[in-house]
Amino acid sequence: MTAEAVIHAVNLTRHYRIKSGPFAAPAVVKALNEASFDLYPGQTLAVVGESGCGKSTLARVLTMIEPPTSGELTINGHRVELKEGEPPPADLRRDVQIIFQNPYGSLNPRKTVATMLEEPLKLNRRDMSAAQRRQAAMEMIDRVGLRPEHVDRYPHMFSGGQRQRIAIARALMLHPKVLVLDEPVSALDLSIQAQILNLLADLQEEFGLAYVFISHDLSVVKRIADDVIVMYFGQPVETGHAAEVFSHPRHPYTQALFSATPVADPNRRKERMRLQGEPPSPLSPPPGCPFAPRCFKATSECSLEDPPLEPVSAHVNVACIHVEKARLTLRP
Amino acid sequence: MTTLSPSAAPGTLRYQLAEFWGSFSASRGALVGLLFITFILLIALFAPWVAPHDPALQNRDAFLVPPVWHAEGSWRYVLGTDAVGRDVLSRLIHGARFSLSISAMVVVLSMAVGIFLGLLAGYFRGWLETVITRLMDVVLAFPSLLLALGLVAVLSPGLTSAMIAIALVQLPYFVRLTRAAVIGEKDREYVTASRLAGAGHGRLMFNTLLPNCMAPLIVQATLSFSTAILDIAALGFLGMGVQPPTPEWGAMLANAREFMGSAYWAVTFPGLVILLTVLMINLMGDGLRDALDPKLKRS
Repeated sequence: MTAEAVIHAVNLTRHYRIKSGPFAAPAVVKALNEASFDLYPGQTLAVVGESGCGKSTLARVLTMIEPPTSGELTINGHRVELKEGEPPPADLRRDVQIIFQNPYGSLNPRKTVATMLEEPLKLNRRDMSAAQRRQAAMEMIDRVGLRPEHVDRYPHMFSGGQRQRIAIARALMLHPKVLVLDEPVSALDLSIQAQILNLLADLQEEFGLAYVFISHDLSVVKRIADDVIVMYFGQPVETGHAAEVFSHPRHPYTQALFSATPVADPNRRKERMRLQGEPPSPLSPPPGCPFAPRCFKATSECSLEDPPLEPVSAHVNVACIHVEKARLTLRP
Repeated sequence: MTTLSPSAAPGTLRYQLAEFWGSFSASRGALVGLLFITFILLIALFAPWVAPHDPALQNRDAFLVPPVWHAEGSWRYVLGTDAVGRDVLSRLIHGARFSLSISAMVVVLSMAVGIFLGLLAGYFRGWLETVITRLMDVVLAFPSLLLALGLVAVLSPGLTSAMIAIALVQLPYFVRLTRAAVIGEKDREYVTASRLAGAGHGRLMFNTLLPNCMAPLIVQATLSFSTAILDIAALGFLGMGVQPPTPEWGAMLANAREFMGSAYWAVTFPGLVILLTVLMINLMGDGLRDALDPKLKRS
């Protein structure tokens, strides 16, 4: 299976050094801790969690904006070796592209749509003539549901949904294999969200794209994800098949997160779990399981050590000592 | 860009220009400034045809002739003559050429170098930024005219050294503005998107970032232009700038200084022209800022 995975990530970790004062030793923030997963063509991997849990750091590492501090990242069979501050290698950056959350910041206000769409081709496809590039841009603009006369306009003349379509078109110009979607619809109206999600679903089918879908909107994730990673405080706490995780959440954090999702049913009685307190400060992580201080199942054992991800069924891994482990040893 | 259709649909350059003109012309001061500057530019351009006399020609029979509205004045010398019998009006008209072209060159030189250094500092940060900003702080620490004077004295008095000196004195403003704008823009997502598309450092700096940092720089350029006129005049006044007999506004002031009591016209008119030009350029700069700044906020 590993051979065909388009992204193979093992223990991806990203730490930031933060200077707290001129004489103090720099503190280390573990923004992303040991994330491992495989992503296959045509599949959608959702990454969910609250703000500051490392979702966007994962996106930056996957798109090679930043190198991982440790861990292995293999894209399309090529091992990524990246140094700090270096642009991603030419052959790999074609394979992974990103859609940002805010369509108002992700388009250059001084460039026309055509210029923006043609830029990736200009830089990566030296064999194409100006006319061919223009042709490719026109085809893509049509593909994402905009009209031909839109290509010579500037970003400030478009609505949020249209801008996000332009951003999608730009990301697809090089025909990537993976699209990292960093909260692609959370800045949009609900009706526009649905349009964009449908467009993404169509494009996934047409181009065989693999999506890494980063979101905090669980109702959206439930609809489109094949696999899911629930993250808390920089580390995955529950990973596996989305259907199983959603129908049967095991980790206490996952349960609390899912119970917070609003359901469009006025008669349903709310059984919301309320978490106590705030997420811990990344500068002074609590001992043991980082979720223990807020967890309703926490016991004294929880603060002894950070629980590793362990299989609890054929398709789901959970990092919690209170969840019954699977007897079957399908995965090592 | 070459394949763009030449329609005037919203989004084209023509549309943007119209939008810009709309907010620029809303300010009366800016319009007056623009008109005056255009007028001065035209005069400077056609100086040999507009000026009634040769600016360097000395008439031995017409020393310190007063302007036309005085009893002794004549239409031959509308604004009078100076101590060696040169026509003040002609010298002012020809002086516009020098003042404007020198200032323009100073601004272009200063802006080009300043933008480059500012882009480097803001884009790469680290030790390069420290070196560049500290150097600029050193330049700023000197009173600008004193530094320019010192530089000209070292480089030998003359037009070229005056230009280089004034350009250097203006440099820190461009570097600081560019650096600040670049730092503000470089973490925006469109820059990251361009980087992921494979844009290198040069392309990111000049193609992606620079156009988005231009608005404050254009305003600074107009303000620098007026400062440059003043500085050139000051250097000329102190005898360190343009050398005689070249008609230059500051040098004219200096030469007529001793006759200030007896022949006010030889001092007043060059001073007035400098004042008006600087004022009008500043008015235009204010209008430019008003027209360009809201656009920054909107995007």
